[in-house]
Amino acid sequence: MGKLEYAPAPESRSIVSLRESYGLFIGGEFTPSVDGRAFKTISPATEEVLAEIAEAGPADVDRAVTAARQAYERTWAGLPAKERGKYLFRIARIVQERARELAVLESLDNGKPIRESRDVDIPLAAAHFFYHAGWADKLEYAGYGPAPRPLGVAGQVIPWNFPLLMLAWKIAPALACGNTVVLKPAETTPLTALVFAEICQQADLPAGVVNIVTGAGDTGRALVTHPGIDKVAFTGSTEVGKQIARDCATQPRKKVTLELGGKAANIVFEDAPVDQAVEGIVNGIFFNQGHVCCAGSRLLVQESVYSDVLAALRRRLGTLRLGDPLDKNTDVGAINSAAQLAKIRELSAVGEAEGAQRWSPPCELPVKGFWFPPTLFTGVTQAHRIAREEIFGPVLSVLTFRTPAEAVEKANNTPYGLSAGVWTDKGSLILWMSSRLRAGVVWANTFNKFDPSSPFGGYKESGYGREGGRHGLEAYLDV
Amino acid sequence: MSDTATAGGAARLAVRKTYKLYIGGAFPRSESGRSYAVTDHNGGFLANAALASRKDARDAVAAARKAFAGWSAATAYNRGQVLYRVAELLEGRRAQFAAEVRSAEGLGARPAEAVVDAAIDRWVWYAGWADKIAQVRGAANPVAGPYFNFSLPEPTGVVAVIAPGSSSLLGFVSVIAPAIVTGNTVVVLASERSPLPAVTLSEVLATSDVPPGVVNVLTGRTAEIAPWLASHMDVNAIDLCGASGALADDLAAAAADNLKRVVRPEDEAWVLTPGLDRMLAYLETKTVWHPAGT
Repeated sequence: MGKLEYAPAPESRSIVSLRESYGLFIGGEFTPSVDGRAFKTISPATEEVLAEIAEAGPADVDRAVTAARQAYERTWAGLPAKERGKYLFRIARIVQERARELAVLESLDNGKPIRESRDVDIPLAAAHFFYHAGWADKLEYAGYGPAPRPLGVAGQVIPWNFPLLMLAWKIAPALACGNTVVLKPAETTPLTALVFAEICQQADLPAGVVNIVTGAGDTGRALVTHPGIDKVAFTGSTEVGKQIARDCATQPRKKVTLELGGKAANIVFEDAPVDQAVEGIVNGIFFNQGHVCCAGSRLLVQESVYSDVLAALRRRLGTLRLGDPLDKNTDVGAINSAAQLAKIRELSAVGEAEGAQRWSPPCELPVKGFWFPPTLFTGVTQAHRIAREEIFGPVLSVLTFRTPAEAVEKANNTPYGLSAGVWTDKGSLILWMSSRLRAGVVWANTFNKFDPSSPFGGYKESGYGREGGRHGLEAYLDV
Repeated sequence: MSDTATAGGAARLAVRKTYKLYIGGAFPRSESGRSYAVTDHNGGFLANAALASRKDARDAVAAARKAFAGWSAATAYNRGQVLYRVAELLEGRRAQFAAEVRSAEGLGARPAEAVVDAAIDRWVWYAGWADKIAQVRGAANPVAGPYFNFSLPEPTGVVAVIAPGSSSLLGFVSVIAPAIVTGNTVVVLASERSPLPAVTLSEVLATSDVPPGVVNVLTGRTAEIAPWLASHMDVNAIDLCGASGALADDLAAAAADNLKRVVRPEDEAWVLTPGLDRMLAYLETKTVWHPAGT
């Protein structure tokens, strides 16, 4: 059967009203940067400029930290816990109310398919606020002693792959535990964070409890190294994570949590239902264009079913629809930036040069914007760079194994340890594998599942600390 | 409550509400056709409330049982949202509830408002527990063998509640919310002397997202109805909050026939944030073993 033709089904942009320029959100107000610097954020699908964004320098970061400190000392820390919770419930509700607007904006600024921003990012962000709202006045039950205390001011730096969702993962637990925050969104995806600032205003959140400073790496570094913050939370690359750990080495009182890169193994055993496994493999690596730290970027297939799985996988890749992120039928959207596209191209070229076989389905790429087709590499060995390094794109490296022990050996043969997938009908094997995989999350017969009640985070060089669930509260409590 | 208002010189007669039962999402009168006069704190007439019969109680249990499968299978996140929605709607009717609590309990305006505020916040508090009680109460158990072993709380089933006599709204909310947030369904006998805020609350439940039958509200004589609930073989737990002395002892004895989980509270200060007791009373613990091996 050939590919079904679909009529375009674009989600309307009219729900979003963009301003020409956005300031920093400090002390409850939008304000220009001190030195007037600004940068542009574009749609990666069309390279259209969406808005001009203030770039926070060290003086702006300092203002934001001061505002957060004042809010912490004057209002937030003294507020009864249940009232703190009620603010978070309000925020959760407003995120739900403005869900479609946020979804369209996220797809515009990030390039991800509207189906994903609408059905995954935004509902999960709202759920994260809902979940943590309830914790605010129940912290004594969380297992950290009878009266766990907040840390103070949190400096948070988040990536561009799930902009609003990562914001929620950072801000919701911080506020629930009684901290105030200064958050820096990624320079390529600042827009939903700035709408979130408006949401804080609509919720009448006391000024300074949430501050948003936009900018690039320098802004982030100014934030995490600022002596006025008590807590650093970073999600992003392992390289930057290590630099933050070094920067904070001389500030031992700063609590640091890092959620970094990954190179997850998605392990398919011979008794796995092939169609279900193939859906999981596709979801594991092509969800969000593979811009997912826990993406299943290494497929480990048991030798006996290798040809069956590969044939089914190639067939399935042929049906993926790449294109306009705002089209409701789109499966694969745009690569988030020119820089990221260059990195994906470079590592893919290295894969070919090192002897792996590259394959993509016939796939027409739009002329404007940043695009990369879903790509498979077979004949990959563990020594290849595409099997070791995080590509952070829609590129899957396929390896094989014979025994469960060999699968564990290969899966763990990486400096990362964020996630893993296991596909088999045998429950005991799932649990045997789970206990041996050195990864913070193991998905069995599913992949890329997230829930506010479920802790997420890595082993080894995928970082330390957990986000979500009862365990995630620890990152924002003085324990 | 003022029954007349003067507008433009002409007196307007208020339209009074009929206070009925709340069973399976509907508002029937008692099948017995009976009612009883409810008075305010000074003995003044407020309204006639339905005087529930044994059959009403049994209908309510049947409705609660019917609703149990769906409600207990709803995700914890969903149940939390539904309870929070009740708080939102209650906030919108704050003045109405304050007036009802005032006449029911003889409170001043400010204390009555404080009671309503506490009742709203109590819904919010319990709403937040929906997706947390399993995280506080569940466990992965390190058994000495190649097994994955975990324990999870599950709702016990249909909970009968004899609501407190004195705290007509806050006490009422404080006894039903812990039962439903944990996935149980409820048949509640409202305060005999002050049932009206409970009936009005059932109107809030009916227009919120709480599925029909999850909460069923009876009004009537505690001594007449409570024994039928306590001895009902399809009720899994009973809260004897609103019964005392020999009646409570008799109800507890009747509850033993099918080993209902019995909650027999001491005097309670409803304004204080509750503990986990009432939620835990209505939760079973299920432990699952699964081998781990190749």
